[in-house]
Amino acid sequence: MKREPPRKLTDYAPLIFPAIMLIVFFVIPFSTMITVSFFRRQQGGFYTPEFVVDNYARFLSPFFGGVLGFSLILAVLVALICVGVAFPFTYALTRTRQRVQVIWLIALLSILSLSEVIIGFAWSTLLSRTAGITNILVIAGLMSEPQALLPGFGAVLTGMVYQALPYTVLVLYPSLIRLDPSLLEAARTLGASPVRGFFNIVIPVQRNTIVATFILVFVFALGSYLLPQILGRPQHWTLSVLITDQAIYQSNMPFAAAMAVFLVLISLALVGLTVLVGGRREAIG
Amino acid sequence: MIHGLLRKVGFALVALFLVGPLLVVAGVSINEKQSLTFPPQGFSLTWYGQIFADPSWRAALIASVLLAAFSAALAVLIALPLSWFLWRRIAPWANFFRLLGVAPFILPPVITALGLLSFWATIGFYGQPWTAVISHAIFFVTLPLVTLSLGFSSIDRSLVEAAATMGADDRTVFRTVVLPMIVPYLISGYAFAFVLSLNEYIVAYMTVGFTMETLPIKIFNALRYGYTPTMASVSVFFVVIAAIVFALIARFGDLPRLLGALSSGER
Repeated sequence: MKREPPRKLTDYAPLIFPAIMLIVFFVIPFSTMITVSFFRRQQGGFYTPEFVVDNYARFLSPFFGGVLGFSLILAVLVALICVGVAFPFTYALTRTRQRVQVIWLIALLSILSLSEVIIGFAWSTLLSRTAGITNILVIAGLMSEPQALLPGFGAVLTGMVYQALPYTVLVLYPSLIRLDPSLLEAARTLGASPVRGFFNIVIPVQRNTIVATFILVFVFALGSYLLPQILGRPQHWTLSVLITDQAIYQSNMPFAAAMAVFLVLISLALVGLTVLVGGRREAIG
Repeated sequence: MIHGLLRKVGFALVALFLVGPLLVVAGVSINEKQSLTFPPQGFSLTWYGQIFADPSWRAALIASVLLAAFSAALAVLIALPLSWFLWRRIAPWANFFRLLGVAPFILPPVITALGLLSFWATIGFYGQPWTAVISHAIFFVTLPLVTLSLGFSSIDRSLVEAAATMGADDRTVFRTVVLPMIVPYLISGYAFAFVLSLNEYIVAYMTVGFTMETLPIKIFNALRYGYTPTMASVSVFFVVIAAIVFALIARFGDLPRLLGALSSGER
């Protein structure tokens, strides 16, 4: 069937339901949130419809600056580790048999779909004193007695890398599987070792993919809302945790909304950057 | 071969990192007593029984399954006509709606959650269970949207044209030719949305967290008051469900191709 522009009014019929749903339940809530971010907060969790910029003015406080700085540094670290590990791993994965690849993909998807609650619980168990990894070290005779490895920065970082690693692999996978094998064959023929081929050919060719993936993982890590809370101390809270905390526990919707708007702007700017980098842009559909 | 050995060690380390925490949770879940110890002491499947026997865990399980089943269905109902329209018609402006569908998936989840919280609170339906269904459907509409777009793009247009030449109208073409061909993509889109909805915490928490407990909310609430082994058994249960669903998708579909479409659809 040829694609044709819609002519009659009935040609638009399939669009009605999706358009209504997306506008009413995404565009309007999004706009509501932006509006609330300019409202004035009242005691007791209410807010009045006024136009004030107080909520945004609070961004200038050292407290907010600290949280923002910490969130950005944490996300950069998570993205660096994930891309650093996932890139060689994914490259090696795409060079294995189809069957092995599919098994890995199933495992990665299963972990990626896991609730942050479950990931947080699993790591808090693994790092705990009574049931943690240190018990195994004690049995192996490497430690004298078990100890707790959380809460702390290391625990938060480990948990977030765990959460983001499957995502990183799955983002890299399509580009790496399409990598032209003749490039490497040429290198091989000219006498380069596989490791040298990886560093001198695969990485330079995939530079844009690496940058785009780094940014996507960074945004993904910015979104982590529970792990810093479960695995860290209050000073390890990120912007996402702070937004949840302000909205639910402090009942300060206007301030939470203002921070959310700020987070949207950062994320959009970064995602826009990946489009500019123009790493992998295939139209689908 | 040094190279082959390097690869094997690398794979083993990544596998250990990914499976380690889950192994510990699985170990903890078969503890005989209600204590958080590893290696497990004794062996008991009581805590798996608790998921179904304990009224509050069972209620959370039922709430989660119902939420996932309905919201995934609604997500498919939104995605199907939209991707059909985008495939059938030349209307570049309609891609705006695809972008709207993908947006909640790229942005940090707390943003969508907060938007929906302020929306439901403003119109006065905050806390109603059905608001979570709509919220999750919007949040996860990306998944069926991407799988269905891929499904439509794999249809040979000349086949459909033949049907149209023989006098079939749009509706008949859709029902008799197109729909049977995209059913696998429909199912995998549904399955993706179902599994993710089952595991989703923040949107559910911000919309119905104070009136309804889904399993992730229940686990988190329980976690704040200390440890019960049922959390561990529920976690293992969830990992197994996800693995089964994705294994089925891989068995009946082309997982590598689906993933290619998913990650390029995320922009």
